[in-house]
Amino acid sequence: MGKYILKRILIAIPVLIGITIIDYGIMCMAGSPLAMLQGPRVSMGALEAKKIALGLDKPFYAQYFIWLGQLLHGNMGYSVKSYQSVSSLIGSHLGPTLLLMGVSLIISLFIAIPAGIYSAIHQYSKGDYTVVTLSFLGSSIPGFFLSLLLIYVFTVKLGILPSSGMSTLGVEATAGDVARHMIMPVIVLAASMAGSNIRYIRSAVLEILQQDYLRTARAKGIGRFKVIYKHALRNALVPIVTVIGMEIPVLFGGAIIIEQVFSWPGLGLMTMSAISNRDYPVIMGVCLLSAVVVLVGNLITDILYALVDPTIQLQ
Amino acid sequence: MKSRTDDLNKISTESYMQTVFRRFRRHHLAAYSLIILAVLCGAAVLAPIIAPYDPDEIVGSFRGAPCKEFWLGTDQIGRDVFSRLLYATRISLLVGVMATLISTVIGVILGLFAGYFGGVADMIIMRFTDMVMSFPYILLVLVAASIFKPGLWNIILILGFVDWPGIARLVRGNVLSLRETNFVKGNIVAGMPLRHILFSEILPNTVAPILVYATSVLAISMLDEAALSFLGMGVQPPTASLGNMLNGAQSLTVLTDQPWLWIPAGLMIVVLVVAINFVGDALRDALDPNSEKR
Repeated sequence: MGKYILKRILIAIPVLIGITIIDYGIMCMAGSPLAMLQGPRVSMGALEAKKIALGLDKPFYAQYFIWLGQLLHGNMGYSVKSYQSVSSLIGSHLGPTLLLMGVSLIISLFIAIPAGIYSAIHQYSKGDYTVVTLSFLGSSIPGFFLSLLLIYVFTVKLGILPSSGMSTLGVEATAGDVARHMIMPVIVLAASMAGSNIRYIRSAVLEILQQDYLRTARAKGIGRFKVIYKHALRNALVPIVTVIGMEIPVLFGGAIIIEQVFSWPGLGLMTMSAISNRDYPVIMGVCLLSAVVVLVGNLITDILYALVDPTIQLQ
Repeated sequence: MKSRTDDLNKISTESYMQTVFRRFRRHHLAAYSLIILAVLCGAAVLAPIIAPYDPDEIVGSFRGAPCKEFWLGTDQIGRDVFSRLLYATRISLLVGVMATLISTVIGVILGLFAGYFGGVADMIIMRFTDMVMSFPYILLVLVAASIFKPGLWNIILILGFVDWPGIARLVRGNVLSLRETNFVKGNIVAGMPLRHILFSEILPNTVAPILVYATSVLAISMLDEAALSFLGMGVQPPTASLGNMLNGAQSLTVLTDQPWLWIPAGLMIVVLVVAINFVGDALRDALDPNSEKR
């Protein structure tokens, strides 16, 4: 097990380095962040000094190695815009995003697992068609359109839910207040995730239901309830673990647009403003963080496989 | 009993395409989706003929509500929303189809080479695929869209260059198993040129799963175009796309007082993407050789 994990980490490192190179390459094509600072009140001399201070006068590969070297010392650089260190910027925005992502993931699983299993057990029934159709709708509706519809109904027409931010301004944040602000973004994120997960779990359970050991269990006459809930569900854990693993990168990306629409003060909002300001150190930091999250997510999924399914042999 | 043997005879004599078509029709939702898609695509292609007004011309009052003259009302500067919707559908479908074509071509070529040659080529191509896949997809698209000037063809290229890894993996997997089949080995022994083996022997045998996967790429790239244009990083006005028609709804007055400006475009995206997904689902069942059992 330890050997397997070590091997996977060693494979992940070149992938990670490759990602930083692609990243840096794209950034370099983008042009200078100084273009954003230019204005009538900024003198050319000040710009030149700034350029040297930021190390932008050096060639592309030199900048990359300086960045990489700093990174190994735990320094992710400083925001060009706000002069805050990237790690503290990310740290202060990470909490709200994790909260939003975690709650959405849990709720989507609470919807998707029972619905997927129900649908598989009652294959080709009216209920199955309804669930599958709804799941297609869930994964096909653009998150921002659903957000707008929800805001239109709950904020504009009914006036019962706040449409932006994480807590009411000027009032001390309470858990209830934050929860009220979270309802709509969580619905949007959970709907799109549950949509694709239901179909995945459904087809996985269908496959399990056709296995020989379930036919044997049924033939022994132990009853439908026991067959499904004891013999089938335990084996359905493997696809469910896969679903969680697949969701992590989707969550990270999907949150960006949803956070933008609902002004949720998380990583997504920070990333969007960094992108529009060409704040390279911050964008690099976020890309790196998300790549690490995705790679670690894949690794954990593989390890969980082995824990859930003893027949999977790790080499 | 007689009718059953008749049935069997019919099945055994029908061509592959007939089988696929018969199975496809069994999926009622997909059959209806295909009709809806055909109508919408037709309307989009014929937009210059159908549209009552020029989409970019100011023809009415500002923010007019839907009426007999303007079926879906007019927008902030007095353009006809219905005409714009038709042209927007045209643009969004164009982006989706072109991006899917580009990513399919890239994915198929990389997948074929990785699977067929194996070894170092496979290693390099698949590690590169891993890298692109490990990027949070929308982040890559957003960064790319903010760097290259936003515009129709840049969006198509960006989406096309980002969507291919799934297809590359799929093709590689299929090629790996096809390489071991006797007919491919026979071709190698017969000294057939590489191009013939790859594109005339292996590729046709892996078209079905590529087609199914491509429908989901089409759906995803249309959703992405909408999201990017909604954020103002995609297709730029005055060209209408389904996403940038929704862009106006970011302002509160449009959201609350002029629902005809954004709800039709949003519903159009949902209908198109749902229909594409249903068709993909039915194709998956219809093209699967093992699906006759049920």
